[in-house]
Amino acid sequence: MINPGDNAQEELQEALILMSEGDTLLIKSGYYLFEDGLSLDVDNVSIIGEGLDKTILDFKNQQSGAQGFLVTSNKVTLKDFAILDAKGDALKVIGSKSINMINLRTEWTGGPKSTNGAYGFYPVESEDVLIDGCVAIGASDAGIYVGQSKNIIVRNSIAQYNVAGIEIENSYYADVYNNLASHNTGGILIFDLPDLPQQGGHHIRVFDNKSIDNDTDNFAPEGNIVGEVPRGTGIIIMANSDVEVFNNEMSGNGTVNLSIVSYSDETDDPNYYPHPRRIQVHNNIYGPVGFDPDVETGDLAKALYEISDGNMPDIFWDGVVPISQMIFGQPDDDKLKVDENSDVSFLTISPIKYMLGFSNPIRTEKKEFKGVINPLEPIVIDGI
Amino acid sequence: MKKKFQILLVLILCTRLTAINDNLIISESFPPKLSEFGFFLDDSAQIPHENVIPYELISTLFSDYSYKQRWVYVPNNKKAQYEENWVFNFPVGSALIKTFYYPVDERNPDLGMNLLETRLLLRKENGWEAVSYAWNEEQNEAYKKVAGKTINVSWTDFMGNDRDVRYRVPNVNQCKECHAAQDKITPIGPKARNLNKKFEFNDGEFNQLTYWMNRQIIDDYPMELVSPVDWTDESQNINDRVRSYLDVNCGHCHSPTGNANSTGLYLHLDETRDIHLGLYKKPVATGRGSGGLKYSIVPGKPDESILLHRMISLDPGVMMPESGRALSHTEAVDMVREWILVMED
Repeated sequence: MINPGDNAQEELQEALILMSEGDTLLIKSGYYLFEDGLSLDVDNVSIIGEGLDKTILDFKNQQSGAQGFLVTSNKVTLKDFAILDAKGDALKVIGSKSINMINLRTEWTGGPKSTNGAYGFYPVESEDVLIDGCVAIGASDAGIYVGQSKNIIVRNSIAQYNVAGIEIENSYYADVYNNLASHNTGGILIFDLPDLPQQGGHHIRVFDNKSIDNDTDNFAPEGNIVGEVPRGTGIIIMANSDVEVFNNEMSGNGTVNLSIVSYSDETDDPNYYPHPRRIQVHNNIYGPVGFDPDVETGDLAKALYEISDGNMPDIFWDGVVPISQMIFGQPDDDKLKVDENSDVSFLTISPIKYMLGFSNPIRTEKKEFKGVINPLEPIVIDGI
Repeated sequence: MKKKFQILLVLILCTRLTAINDNLIISESFPPKLSEFGFFLDDSAQIPHENVIPYELISTLFSDYSYKQRWVYVPNNKKAQYEENWVFNFPVGSALIKTFYYPVDERNPDLGMNLLETRLLLRKENGWEAVSYAWNEEQNEAYKKVAGKTINVSWTDFMGNDRDVRYRVPNVNQCKECHAAQDKITPIGPKARNLNKKFEFNDGEFNQLTYWMNRQIIDDYPMELVSPVDWTDESQNINDRVRSYLDVNCGHCHSPTGNANSTGLYLHLDETRDIHLGLYKKPVATGRGSGGLKYSIVPGKPDESILLHRMISLDPGVMMPESGRALSHTEAVDMVREWILVMED
């Protein structure tokens, strides 16, 4: 058990090193100020505070360590504490098999700033990842970011005032549900990027979430992919396959509620597939959209604004497919499926018509995208 | 001459009296005091036991301008096996010992030194384990520090400037951050190619690999070794110097088997693909580490290259390496700047 005090930093770090498998470490309620990052590398342990507003680990005076808290071991449960104002990422988990993050908070307390750390929750190269009941505020990249991981559940969590609220990147098998993403630049991003050890993100279910009122100007440092996300985006799906988006509420997003796009930068990676495939969108609720399109950030909003003559849709698909498919058509199995109420607006582009200068390269009739929905299997994590 | 003889005499006498505690090296826990291992005949003067052999590496990791002395110990009648492109495979019971210190004044070695810490890598039954011992103020004993320690230290540099640094003794987990390959702790330095240089031993100057063979602590080494260049050797090609520096300072994490493999930026010596070396490579999960720059390396444009930006930075959320550095390595920054400047697109 750790109590607040002058030696708390050394005591806590020593306890994190010396604890044995099966141990639980209790961090008592109180305010802890750290100068160095903390790290855990013991398997099968729990680190538990007394509440995300009670046990406060503050890193505003951090002098060393690239993140607030680093976990590199397996079968770890972290619960009921807060990590504030880390210099880099708040909580980073590398290469863990079975990591539970429950009722935690990561926050940069000075509001949205490009000098805030990149990620609140940052599991990477991990398997069996649970993020449940967490709160992520103020990250200059993503509040909750799961990268290059497998078998993931992100649920019952709140992400606010981040550039991206929740981001699942280069990952396989994820359920993202019952979360609130609001006042971010973009609410929920499902991305895949080239030149990485794990790519080809697939099998992601996004459901029962609210991605609403995402109205914070993009404050990501330039160079990062999320720096391209326009303010007022509900959900973006980029270059993933087998994604099912249903029963969500997307509303109050000034640019677009749901955007389905290809990775648009050049890449020489022969193993990378830049286009979304087998995306299914159904039974979502859409509220006010497009009332304040952010044409200043990235290329997407600007292009969409021009093509749509300022009538920003609820759902946008960029229509980009490999050249052979532009000519001969997409395989039926790969096609986008949209099954939504008749009042939900939709827009897609025919890139060939667009490039050849046709006067009407866009399609807004979503009926042609209606198909039989094949629900994806739920994610199961043993013991959850 | 007389002094040398005396030291020799002491050495001979002590060797008979003391022995290295082999059981302690392989025991499950680490003893509280460094002296218990018996690696040194005189701890505070850092005079090693006869079987503890000093060595140097061709290119070394920057650690805030601290000096490092390295020794290797292999138990009697055992040998480390040569591994191609990798560190020697040391037998159980081996130890790699590294002491970090600052001279009081770089211009005058006689003024003595401040010992900071002695790091150990011990080869136990189940693999390597790492721990550090921090020296006390009296400089006559070093104590185990699993949670690390902060030492505020000052010295006078070659130019006569007073320098100071908030020196961090790493905790056990931080040792692993760099010394991990495929989830196992591993030494970084003693690869045959990094040892292939001459060294002034007590009994004369020899190539280190030849000496290790003669002392029968290694089984073999290839006659033809492609070694990295000494990055400080300005007579060498700048690309070779930089690749050597990046290999030893970054490549242990930034490689397909290292801790930073998720970044796709690989700086170990064997990497040849431009994109993975950082040329026009976009940041992945860099956050504000990018400093608003778009690519790791932009040929011809050092100030638009994230790699250089992060070498210069002193901000814990930006700087690289993530640990073990509180100062900027000016000489290396200049060299990498030049390398990017002359790099062709």
